Amino acid sequence: MAALAPPLLEIRDLVTEFRTESGIVRAVKGVDLTVEAGQTVAVVGESGSGKSVTSLSVMRLIPPAIGGIASGQVLFRGRDRQVRDLALEPEHAMRKVRGNEIAMIFQEPMTSLNPTQKVGHQIAEVALLHQGLTRAQAWKRAVEMLALVEIPEPARRADIYPHQMSGGMRQRVMIAMALACNPALLIADEPTTALDVTVQLQILELMRRLQREIGMGILFITHNLGVVAEIADTVAVMYGGRIVERATVEDLFDRPSHPYTRGLLASMPTVDRAARAAGTVARLKAIPGSVVDPRNPPSGCDFNPRCAWAIDACRAAVPPMFDVGNGHGARCIRWSELDG
Amino acid sequence: MSLGYVLRRLFSAVPLLLGISVILFSIIHLAPGGPLDMYTENPAVSKEALAQIAAAYGLDQPVPVQYVLWLKSMLVGDWGYSIRTGRPVLTEIVLRLGPTLELGGLALLISLAIAVPLGIISAARRGSKLDSSLTLASFAGISIPVFWLALLLQLLFSVQLGWLPSAGYKSIGGGDFMDRLSHIVMPAAVLSLATVASWSRFIRSGMIDVLNQDYIRTAYAKGRSERGVVILHALRNAMIPAVTVIAVDFATVISGAVITETVFAWPGIGRLFMESMDGRDYPMLMGLMMMGSLGIIMANIIADLAYAALDPRIRYG
Ligand SMILES: Nc1ncnc2c1ncn2[C@@H]1O[C@H](COP(=O)(O)OP(=O)(O)O)[C@@H](O)[C@H]1O
Ligand SMILES: [Mg+2]
Repeated sequence: MAALAPPLLEIRDLVTEFRTESGIVRAVKGVDLTVEAGQTVAVVGESGSGKSVTSLSVMRLIPPAIGGIASGQVLFRGRDRQVRDLALEPEHAMRKVRGNEIAMIFQEPMTSLNPTQKVGHQIAEVALLHQGLTRAQAWKRAVEMLALVEIPEPARRADIYPHQMSGGMRQRVMIAMALACNPALLIADEPTTALDVTVQLQILELMRRLQREIGMGILFITHNLGVVAEIADTVAVMYGGRIVERATVEDLFDRPSHPYTRGLLASMPTVDRAARAAGTVARLKAIPGSVVDPRNPPSGCDFNPRCAWAIDACRAAVPPMFDVGNGHGARCIRWSELDG
Repeated sequence: MSLGYVLRRLFSAVPLLLGISVILFSIIHLAPGGPLDMYTENPAVSKEALAQIAAAYGLDQPVPVQYVLWLKSMLVGDWGYSIRTGRPVLTEIVLRLGPTLELGGLALLISLAIAVPLGIISAARRGSKLDSSLTLASFAGISIPVFWLALLLQLLFSVQLGWLPSAGYKSIGGGDFMDRLSHIVMPAAVLSLATVASWSRFIRSGMIDVLNQDYIRTAYAKGRSERGVVILHALRNAMIPAVTVIAVDFATVISGAVITETVFAWPGIGRLFMESMDGRDYPMLMGLMMMGSLGIIMANIIADLAYAALDPRIRYG
């Protein structure tokens, strides 16, 4: 039975564009992505590769005045078990989805909370909006949520303002806010990037625990492969507005099959104690060159100007996704030669 | 935020007021002419009588001595006597304060009631035709001279259409609510024009700033509508910088009141100021200007209080 159920979220050939003064900018160029209920899918890639635009497209949070989904589908299975294409949903219907069935947390906990409202109020707001609670019930819910995200003295903390909290604490508040209505899908856009390493680990641990307890699907966006290893079941590597490689976490670390993924892995700080002791950790090999400028993309494979394996054929056409085995896909015509 | 803070702020205004009084006193006496000019060409007033009046008001003393005398009596609460009317300065001011507070209060309400929605709409629809029209209109509003607009309105609504009385506080023998309302609308509208224009600009820019903040995106991600986001999340944050401007504009309102009250024969302290200016009524002018300075200082303290009330990050000890 379970195998027959459609996935929680299935993004098909998503294209998102912005209208700018210098013309139309295509930030997402045909993304396919699937999140099953209770599963964590990580989207990883350098900054500027289109991760945030993808997640904002799912939530339909790009202001229509500046851009939006140009084509493709965002199929979401709601609480009513009906699959709807969010790309086509009217705005008033999206308002019932946002914060309720799909919730989102952002990179900047310092600026993502309203500075002039008490944190309890900001959490209660979601419950008030979507669950028809009274103010007193919603406040109670806010305190419960603060307790759930392991904030000590939740009743007192609900009554203070964001500036009275640390960054890690504020990100916990964001998580509490996101989960207040038991969403089926949580989109986390670099939720730990702005935090100290120790706080990062605590937040990841919290998200893992909450996922076990609540069972929501998570679309986890990050530029840090180390974080991917901590939290994800499957990974999609994004570059220049496209998914260039997809695999389970083990498989991706085991046999990275796209030169870009290899570059990302090489630029990862080693967690190996011996390497740390030898002092070799700091020397990271950053990928040479810079990310694709969507206003002026290269012809063929987006990565070819930075790629050591690039040949003429790479400049001729955008490579398709090759199946490298085990459901592991890579958008590289030379994937089989990389180890040679 | 405590009463102690307010008292301390008021107390720290004392040296400021002292400095202001020295400057004002000097400027008044620099202006050519004096309060007794109206008698010098009058054959019925003898030289001796004139000298006697001058001595009675201390006008025969050097200016610094006059200042010290003025300050000494001021410190014990004696604001002196009007040279023009002979009545106590404070009594005259208090008598004229009521109409000015009515006019200023109404102008303030009109300004806020129009400027806040205009600023919000402009910001929410920035770049639209509506926004550009409002921008143009507010530039016009800031640049139109107050007296010119006043005369234009009088010409239209009083002379041409005959809908509103052209001037005055109330009709002779009248004075019910509608009568007073018909007298106050034009001066209040004129007085609020410049502030509507500048405040709506400030609220617009504050609003645009806030609408680009991350927490606005968070509010949308919660499922709020645009209206909910603007009213519940953006407005309060956008009002924080606007509060300071509104307080600073208090001085603009005061100077606007002088012209407006004169053109509309409104019996307030603005017109009293013009009359006292004409008569070089030194004690009266000093009283009025000290009152005005105190008002501006108070407006700034109120702005600070409002600032702290709007922004929980601000705490005054
Ligand atoms: N508001 C915008 N207007 C125009 N282009 C945009 C806008 N937002 C994003 N983009 C384009 O989309 C690209 C991808 O951005 P983003 O999704 O934020 O990257 P990231 O992977 O770092 O989250 C950017 O390089 C930028 O060119
Ligand atoms: Mg991003």
